[in-house]
Amino acid sequence: MTTVTTDVITDLKGRADTLFLRKRLLGFALPAAVLVYLAYIFFAFDIPGLADRANLDNGKTLIRDSYSYKTHVTLDNRSGDITYAIEGERKGTYPDGMRPDWVSDRDGMTVVDLGRGNSVQFAQGFARIVQQDGLTVTARPDRDGVNADLPAGPLPDMISASKNRLMVTLPDARVTVTRNRVEVFKYAFGWELFFFTLDSPYHGMGFPTLLSKAVSGEAGAIWDDFWGNAMWRHADVAWALFETILMAFLGTFGAAMVALPLAFLAARNFTPLMPLRFAARRLFDFFRGVDALIWTIVLARAFGPGPLTGALAILITDTGSFGKMFSEALENVDGKQIEGIQSTGAKPVQRYRFGVIPQVTPVFLSQVLYFLESNTRSATIIGAITGGGIGLLLTQAIITQKDWEEVSYYIVLIILMVMVMDWLSGLLRRKLIKG
Amino acid sequence: MADISAHTPTSEIRSAYLEMTHRKRLYSGLMLAVFVALMVSGFVLADDRNAGGFWSGLHRLFDFPAEVLSEASEKLTDLPAHFVHFLPSLIETVNIAAASTLFGAMIAIVLSLLSTRGLARWPRLIPVFRRIMDITRAMPEIVVALVLIFVLGGGPVPAMIAIAFHTAGALGKLFSEVNENASLKPVEGLQSVGAGWIQRMVLGIMPQVAPNYLSYALLRFEINIRASAILGFVGAGGIGYDLKNAMSWGKGQYDEAAAIFLLLFGTIVIVDQISSALRDRLTHGARLEATL
Repeated sequence: MTTVTTDVITDLKGRADTLFLRKRLLGFALPAAVLVYLAYIFFAFDIPGLADRANLDNGKTLIRDSYSYKTHVTLDNRSGDITYAIEGERKGTYPDGMRPDWVSDRDGMTVVDLGRGNSVQFAQGFARIVQQDGLTVTARPDRDGVNADLPAGPLPDMISASKNRLMVTLPDARVTVTRNRVEVFKYAFGWELFFFTLDSPYHGMGFPTLLSKAVSGEAGAIWDDFWGNAMWRHADVAWALFETILMAFLGTFGAAMVALPLAFLAARNFTPLMPLRFAARRLFDFFRGVDALIWTIVLARAFGPGPLTGALAILITDTGSFGKMFSEALENVDGKQIEGIQSTGAKPVQRYRFGVIPQVTPVFLSQVLYFLESNTRSATIIGAITGGGIGLLLTQAIITQKDWEEVSYYIVLIILMVMVMDWLSGLLRRKLIKG
Repeated sequence: MADISAHTPTSEIRSAYLEMTHRKRLYSGLMLAVFVALMVSGFVLADDRNAGGFWSGLHRLFDFPAEVLSEASEKLTDLPAHFVHFLPSLIETVNIAAASTLFGAMIAIVLSLLSTRGLARWPRLIPVFRRIMDITRAMPEIVVALVLIFVLGGGPVPAMIAIAFHTAGALGKLFSEVNENASLKPVEGLQSVGAGWIQRMVLGIMPQVAPNYLSYALLRFEINIRASAILGFVGAGGIGYDLKNAMSWGKGQYDEAAAIFLLLFGTIVIVDQISSALRDRLTHGARLEATL
């Protein structure tokens, strides 16, 4: 007897030891496998070559533009005209006789105060950049070149000069002198002209003044100027957001309505006919497997770009997902309730209406509402491909490669939109399902 | 309750009940009508804003698939060569999805542990980490990808970062729900012998939650393959990029597009099948352990 028990014990001990060894091996093998995979990815994605491909200047411009704006002051050397334009855009040009308050006149010259003790003075055929430490660069651009008068010794990093071009980079500004023009960029914090463009009489007014004007009957005009802002296009942006939500709404609920009857065909307990069930399930797999990307391309060929194409692409893909999920829910329906309804003499339609629908509605609704939120995100992405909604505006703004303040504005709006939809779908789920 | 109903004549109860059901039916009927009106007007509006109309385009719906199919069947012998040619891009797309799921899941684990009550390293910062997850979750992949393509140039890295970013938030939320159901007893036991926070999490929590984590991560991998194909379409490398090129060459070159369609479809279906089988086993295994 004793030998048997020791045998059993040694056997158990041996089994436990191998189990521990296996677990320990697994504990080391898994991180090792992940590391090997990451090493493979490191070379497969050419991370070492990333430094060459990356353009950090682009990154710097992007970040600076997203929270600041620049005003261009341009002197045309031939005509002597000076223009002031925000971001250098026509829509942001100061009207005649108006200029920023950091520009002044002194001794027949225009003086631009660049902040931090730096300034630039210029007149036709002359430009002088004075820095806070007294360092002065003077240029007399004419037909032969910029004729820069540079400080003696090696040039500091911020000055780059050649025969036809002089560029001085200052902390919040940049001055470029060429033969034909003197151009000053002055950076300032914020999103300029967000509320009113320069041609609006309400530009630069404080909030209290605006409020009193609004009360005295100018509310409509104020709203029109804000809503029709040519620089930020608030009306277009609001419409694009609405279009994106519309795509998600139509796609999600349309898919739910199409998938509902089909799901009954795919559920074992409602369709005893095997071939029919099989066909319905393969249809769902097909709708889901052909990705939203491919559906978008195919549909865009037929219907052209726009919100309808996006909505239909979401509708078709989600019909597959909903069909699968709904039919699984239907297979888990409790048969007792249906039996109970049947015992009162209910006809098949009534059995479905009172025995099945009340059981599955909360499950279906919860899934549909959950998809509504994630489809808002999909609609943004599909919109970027098929050309509708906020996704289109975003790609357009990125393609110009200079409207980064608009890009960051759209990104903030997209995040807010998705978060609001998330909150809304959660709220509806709680309200509708818990009663 | 029984007293009151005993005094009330049955006909009154009956009429009250009927009135209630009528009102309820009226409300649900009204809601249904509003919903149908919203759907119809929504579709009409979307149709108006579309470049081509629904009814004028409907008969053309199958033109493009038919064209692609006929060209592909004409050049059926070329298809295997195309498959081989596009295989590297397909692998890149799958790699983007896998790497981003891996990175996203790692970030999600940390974020979820830091934002679960009872487990958090800094309990006061829980709302901060929750908001971080909300924001990364709300960010569509394409937003990050397009911005990063501008800075980092085209290729798989921007797509990987973009998808990992969103994955971190999406998985983080699911993971923290899992964490909330984890037993705190192992953690307390470890704490009593002087284990640090990382040791408590790795040795006390991870073994409990690993199967659920894996299951969610696999589901995310399925979703990320689709996302990575889409990001390729906007310039982030992989099979989506090839698809865009094949589409832009137009008529006569659709056999390549057909090959890519088939590859993508096959990959998505295969990954879906494998992952759902694995997930089934994971949750099934977890259930077995729980009963033991």
